[in-house]
Amino acid sequence: MQIFSCPFCGPRPETEFHFGGEAGNDRPGGGASVSAADWAAYLHLRDNPKGTAREIWMHTTCLEVFVMERDTLTMRAQPGHALGSHG
Amino acid sequence: MTRHYSALSLLKEGLTGQKGWQPAWDDRPLKPRYDVVIIGGGGQGLATAYYLAKTHGITNVAVIEKGWIGGGNTGRNTTVVRSNYFFPESVRLYDLSLKLYEKLSIELNYNIMLSQRGMVSLAHTPAEMEMSARIVNAMQINGTDAELMDAEAVRKRLPIHHGGPDARYPALGGIWQGRAGTARHDAVAWGYARAASRLGVDIIQQCEVEDFIIEGGRCRGLRTSRGEVRAERIGMAVAGHTSVLAAKAGFRLPVTSYALQACVSEPVKPILDTVVLSPGTGTYASQSDKGEIVIGGALDRVPSYGQRGNLPVLETVIGGLLEMFPAFRQLKLMRQWAGIVDVVPDSSPLLGESPLPGLFLNGGWGTGGFKAIPAGGTLLAHLLATGQHHDISRPFDLDRFTTGRLIDEAAGSGIAH
Repeated sequence: MQIFSCPFCGPRPETEFHFGGEAGNDRPGGGASVSAADWAAYLHLRDNPKGTAREIWMHTTCLEVFVMERDTLTMRAQPGHALGSHG
Repeated sequence: MTRHYSALSLLKEGLTGQKGWQPAWDDRPLKPRYDVVIIGGGGQGLATAYYLAKTHGITNVAVIEKGWIGGGNTGRNTTVVRSNYFFPESVRLYDLSLKLYEKLSIELNYNIMLSQRGMVSLAHTPAEMEMSARIVNAMQINGTDAELMDAEAVRKRLPIHHGGPDARYPALGGIWQGRAGTARHDAVAWGYARAASRLGVDIIQQCEVEDFIIEGGRCRGLRTSRGEVRAERIGMAVAGHTSVLAAKAGFRLPVTSYALQACVSEPVKPILDTVVLSPGTGTYASQSDKGEIVIGGALDRVPSYGQRGNLPVLETVIGGLLEMFPAFRQLKLMRQWAGIVDVVPDSSPLLGESPLPGLFLNGGWGTGGFKAIPAGGTLLAHLLATGQHHDISRPFDLDRFTTGRLIDEAAGSGIAH
């Protein structure tokens, strides 16, 4: 069992967390004027990096959403930090 | 010089001290130029090379593999072949694959040990029974074999299954596909490699792609750990690492990589003669020809490139197995492993020309690439030979993510990838 660290609750087992996607994948502004290609990129295209990744996670017991840096090869995870606290 | 495998050649070699066997495939150096280069020496890449040579007469082909052939997901799956999908596009694709598998041992002169022992997908609730009836109807309309089983049929087919009324997951019935089964996964890679090598394809192992040679906005070749190679067209079948190579080629894909794990028990006497999947427990199992119980389940829910699984998922899978088959409580596990799979939002593969012209994709198979090897190879070979889609691959082009015409098999057939 891997331990992830919620910035609000501290270290907790990985089964309490839910992957929420890559950090920095911002919804395009402009509503109907956004092109199909831009929508598709926002909805579907991913960096899916091998190695260091910046990700959004939810701690499903406290329901807080936060940012976690993780290595997708070694699986080593840094302690999570609150959204907005590090850009 | 014995090349063809037959009872006669076995006898001949047996009488002459087994000295005449030739290597199954030749070890050749990488040439500087080919008509087609295929990245990835798994089942998909090797099948692509074979069909390029066999169907299209293109033999100046190299398959380059960073490790050893069949050492990725082709050697890490649970060997199940089936075509129990919901949408017509998917059934056409996977049933083409199953039909090719049915003739593959003879075609390749290599025993892939196909065993069409049938597969049961259980239904545990009245709602799941209704969904099963819907999928069976869709499969029959789409022209593949499927039958709806009732509780009695499940009891007869799976006498050791704990699915009576007192079970946590009672079996009310299920979907039966009799043509589904298992095949020897390594043999599929080796058989295609041998047949392709015989037709003149170069198989280059321990050759890693470092970069793409892009000139005039078109992919012209590759820089590899064994030097530069140029080709008219390049195919890529690198399940699990599709995004990594795409990044080198300068584009992004609708793919997230996850670990999918599996395990096998010690070998025991025959006890389970079909493949069985339980959506309730999230576990599926079959018994290998050697007698091992081969066990699989859902993806680890943490994106990963590490080829090993995490413990919570293994615990869930084993818990599910014991719920289904309490008799397996006595089994000892022998091995546990994981492969990295491309997970795509609609759980359907990516086939077609990539955003970089000249580079063609075969990927995004999620947890189900092994069963699709003959079809994936046929379709990528068609793309590489003609530059155009085959009718069966067209719906799986990357453009579906822009047009919104997704083929959502997670919703359709309830597959987990």
